[in-house]
Formats: sequence, structure tokens, C-alpha cells
Amino acid sequence: MTTHPPDHAGAPEAAGVNREAAIERELSVAEEEIEELRRISEEGKVDLEAQIASLEARAEELREAITRDPTPWQTVQLARHPERPKVGDFIAGLATEFVELHGDRNFRDDPAIIAGLGLIDGRPAAVIGHAKGHDTRENIARNFGMPNPEGYRKATRVMRLAEKLRIPIVTLIDTPGAFPGKDAEERGQSEAIARALVEMARLRTPIVTVITGEGGSGGALAIGIGDVLLMLEHAIYSVISPEGCAAILWRDGARTRDAAEALRITARDLTGFGIVDEIVPEPPGGAHRHRDAAVDAVAGAVRRHLTVLTAQPLETLLAARYEKFRRVGRLRDVGAPEQAADGARPAGGAGRDAGGQAG
Amino acid sequence: MPAGLWTKCPRCANLIYRKELERNLRVCPRCGYHHRLSAMDRLAMVLDRDSFEEIDAGLVPEDPLGFVDEKPYPLRVEDAQRRTGLPEALVTGTGTIEGCGAVTGAMEFGFMGGSMGSVVGEKVARAAERAAQLRRPLILFAASGGARMQEGTLSLLQMAKTSVALGRLADDGVAFISVLCDPTTGGVAASFAFQGDVIVAEPGALVGFAGRRVIEQTIRQKLPEGFQTAEFLLEHGLVDAIVPRPDLRATLGRLLRLCGAPVDAGRTGAPAHGWPSAEVSTTDDHPSA
Repeated sequence: MTTHPPDHAGAPEAAGVNREAAIERELSVAEEEIEELRRISEEGKVDLEAQIASLEARAEELREAITRDPTPWQTVQLARHPERPKVGDFIAGLATEFVELHGDRNFRDDPAIIAGLGLIDGRPAAVIGHAKGHDTRENIARNFGMPNPEGYRKATRVMRLAEKLRIPIVTLIDTPGAFPGKDAEERGQSEAIARALVEMARLRTPIVTVITGEGGSGGALAIGIGDVLLMLEHAIYSVISPEGCAAILWRDGARTRDAAEALRITARDLTGFGIVDEIVPEPPGGAHRHRDAAVDAVAGAVRRHLTVLTAQPLETLLAARYEKFRRVGRLRDVGAPEQAADGARPAGGAGRDAGGQAG
Repeated sequence: MPAGLWTKCPRCANLIYRKELERNLRVCPRCGYHHRLSAMDRLAMVLDRDSFEEIDAGLVPEDPLGFVDEKPYPLRVEDAQRRTGLPEALVTGTGTIEGCGAVTGAMEFGFMGGSMGSVVGEKVARAAERAAQLRRPLILFAASGGARMQEGTLSLLQMAKTSVALGRLADDGVAFISVLCDPTTGGVAASFAFQGDVIVAEPGALVGFAGRRVIEQTIRQKLPEGFQTAEFLLEHGLVDAIVPRPDLRATLGRLLRLCGAPVDAGRTGAPAHGWPSAEVSTTDDHPSA
């Protein structure tokens, strides 16, 4: 019998959902009004600055209210917010003397993943993360943070270097997912992720993993096996995007709110499932409005965990990492059905025709 | 699968006499199409008669998310159990092929698309641990659409669970042979299915990370015929061999004889077993410890 900690969070309260929907409606009305007033104002007919300022203040209040207790779907939007700090911002806040290491030594340099070495609290470490862009141009250059196989192979290469140098690894996760492209399949996207997973499972050096924004499925997990998993308050971590899930299970791509709720992808839910070890609180108003404070919060938490992990004996660390992932899941053992006590009967009759064909 | 004497081949559309198809290991006698196999048929086809002993047969899923889409998750599970006669999408156990012992498991695509939730992940991990304990190679037959959405992020993390277990099996110097059957995609392809020391695929099997439709929508072009097939993978250096079904049992038997002799410490590069100069290391320390 496998035992598990009890579920922590219940289904989102309907009242809360309605309240948040009301706030969103009011915000979008306010934003439309601001835009309308600006347009009239710019046409030069009247001075509406006072009204605009008052509406702006109200909109700001509403935005802060959303980040105080967002619904799962609002959390998805916050996690994907274009103004959220990006991997470069986190690296700048975390490390000094950072040297980026490019390329997988095989095919090309994948700009969707940044990897390199830097000093954290004066001690060397490897830092690896998904790279979304700050703007459209950078997003296109970085493929919106969706790595190709060579990105994961670069990450794995730098992780092995860290193991060799006996320095810890920090990974920063923020991706919609691994890139679903033709070339990616030709170069073995599955193999690259599978290899990264098995490497991280047994790398003989401490690994701190942080989900800073969007933890998109296997493409996120591929740099997400470590000794501790931190998650920014409004980040998400999901097996599939709410859009993809809605399209498949509801056969209606518009049911994203339902999917976002059902999938239980928020930091609080995932802490309850024992997947996330610590939630890093975001400043009031969210990481997208106070980037420096969010970066500082992440850097502080990472430093604290690195100090603890690097002080542990390696064998203790590796045994704990094994247990952490070996344990994950929820299931029951109801015992083998109709199986003879002596185990003589091949269960399910699989052996019935075994060897029935020419060998 | 409709009952009846005749069945229609999904590839060549010819009507095939069902008994002839069964005799031919469910390979179409006209076009060579490898029809999908149930987990039990798969094991029966490759293992020595009566050698299979199932392990972990009592593991059944829970509903950790209280997941309801068009139907509650527990009802979907019950439906799948009724239709397949299996408790979950993976059957594992011990058995022999041409007399060589192995720990093995076959996925049931008919059980919710062979999706990997907590039970499938747990069974893969336990099979790997059993293989390490018995020092017998592990052979897994993958047939899956990927992770099971209804278990949310817990199902994603099964990719990590199988990876830690298979990583340890590799450290223990025990071989893992992965057989890619039609279809093997998503989170199963991107975890244990591609972590094999030797990876073989069935002819024509669809194997890939992303689904064809998703890729076509992303790159806004049609994918060529034969994309993501076993043959495509072989050409791109991603699998060791394509083995037609009539040869599968013999090939696996041969691989077991070649990979079956365990070396004592996988990562320390202990001398190969069976060679005259071999001095098997008795220490278990790792180079970078």
C-alpha cells in the first residue's frame, strides 16, 4: 500500500471565482474607458487628464486585487505575462561574473535555453534556464522559450560540466513547452528530453530548480529534476496547456478556464501534492509589476537552499533526490485479484499462448 | 475491434480472414501492416510459454485531482478496465525468452490511450527495481499517447519517477531494452521509451514527441508521408533497429544473451564480463564521489 499526504486544497470556491470574474470585468471596462478618454483627449477637443488619472488609479487597484488571490486561469495569465522577469534578469540578480556557454557541441546553439557559469555568493555555480524574450523581436529570436533538442543537449552538457567541477546547478524554468517542430522531431526531441531526465536524476552535485513563470510539460521538466523545487507564487506547472487540455478533453478549445481549474497547476495546489517544496512569494501587484523585487525574492531563496544543499553529504543528497521523485504519485494497492496464494497461476492468462508461435 | 470472421486492414483496406491475421502475429498478410496488440497478446507473443509471472497486479489509480471533464476520471478508468480486462495501462512481470530471464512489461494502448499516470509510473519504477534486484535485463514494450492528463502534474512527474529508477538501474549495470510499438508519443516517448540502452521499433510504428496535427499547426505546413515512423527514426539515428514482428522474439532472445550478463558497476567501467582478462570490481564507488 502506498501512502501519501492528504490533499490540501479543495476545489476553488465558486464565490471566489465569481468575485474574480467581476474584478476582471470591471478592469476591462476601466481599461476600455481609459483608452476611449485618451483618444478623445488626443483629438484635442477637451482636457480629460483628471478623469484618466482617476480611472488609472482604479485600474491599478483592480490589477493588484487580481494578484492577491487569482483564479487558476488568472494565474495562467500572470505566469505568461510578457512583463514578468526573464531568465537574464534572474541570472543578473543571482550571479556575478556570469559567462554564457553556447551550443551543444553537435548541431547548433539553441537560443531558447541560456546556460553558463557564474558566481553565487562568491562561489561558482552553473545556471541554466529557458529564455523567453522581453519583446516580440527577442521572442522570435528565442523561439518564445521553446527549446529544440539541441537546447536540452546544451543544458545537459553544462550540467555534466558542473558535476565535473563539483559545483551546484540552478535551473530556471519558464517555457510553454518543448518546441513541436519538424526539425525537432528529426533531431530527437523525445530522446533529448529523456536523456536530460535520466542525467539529472543522478548528477552528483546539488541542483536547485525554480519555476519562475510557465512550467510547460516535458519541456519544463527536462531541466526540472533536482533536490529542491521552488515556484514563484503565480507560476504554473502543468502536464499540458489549459488550451490543449480543453481541446482534447472538452473538445472545445474555449473551455480553458475549466481546464486550468481542473488541472490543479498553481503553486499552492502543487505544494499540496508534494511536488513543490517552497513557494516564493511575489511582491503585491505581481512579479510583472515589480520585477526587481521578484528577482531578489528568487535569488534569496535560491541562495538559502544552495547553502543547505551544498553542506549535505553527496550520498545523502542523492538518496533524498531519488526518494523525492520515486515517491511522487497517488495510487492504491488492492492486491492481486484472483491470484492463487502460491502464485502458480500466471495472472491474466498472459502465459496461455506464450511461445505458441515459431521462435 | 468488431467481432466477426473478417477484419479490415486499416492500411491497405483489404479484408483479412481473422484467423489468418492471428496466425500471422497480427501482421497483415497483404501489406505487412503491424496491427496493434494488447498487452497480454504482446507478452504471449514474445515470452516462453507459461514463463510469465505478473507483479504489482493490484496497483490501481486514485483520483487525486477530482478530475471531471465530460466524464469523471474514475468512470473513465472503470470503462477502460471493463473494456480491457486490465487494472491499468501497463502489465509487468518476470518471464523468460528462449530461456533467458528478464523483467518485462507491456503497455495496453486500449487503456486510456496507454497513458501514463501514477500507476504506470510506479510499475515502471518497480519493474526497474526488480530488474536490479534480480540482475536481469528489463524489457519494456511502449505503446502510449503520453502522460495522463486526468492526473495533472502528478502524471508529468511520472516521467521523473521512471527516470530516477532507470538511472539507478543503469548505475547498477543492468541492461534496459526498450521496444517502441505503435504508437509511442509524448511523455512516454520523452521518458523511459527513449532511455533504453538498446531501442528497437516495430515496422511502421508511429513514434514522436509532438502529435502530427500540433506540428502542422505550429509550422503551418503539411508533414511528409512517413514522418515520425520507425523507419524515419532509424534513418535519423534515433533507434538501433527495426524488427518485424515474426523476428521479435528471436531478436530479443539474442539481445538478452548479449546484454544479459551484468557487470558489477556500470559507471565505473568495470571490465566486461566473460572476457579472459576480466577482473570484476568489487567496489561500488563512483569516480566523482
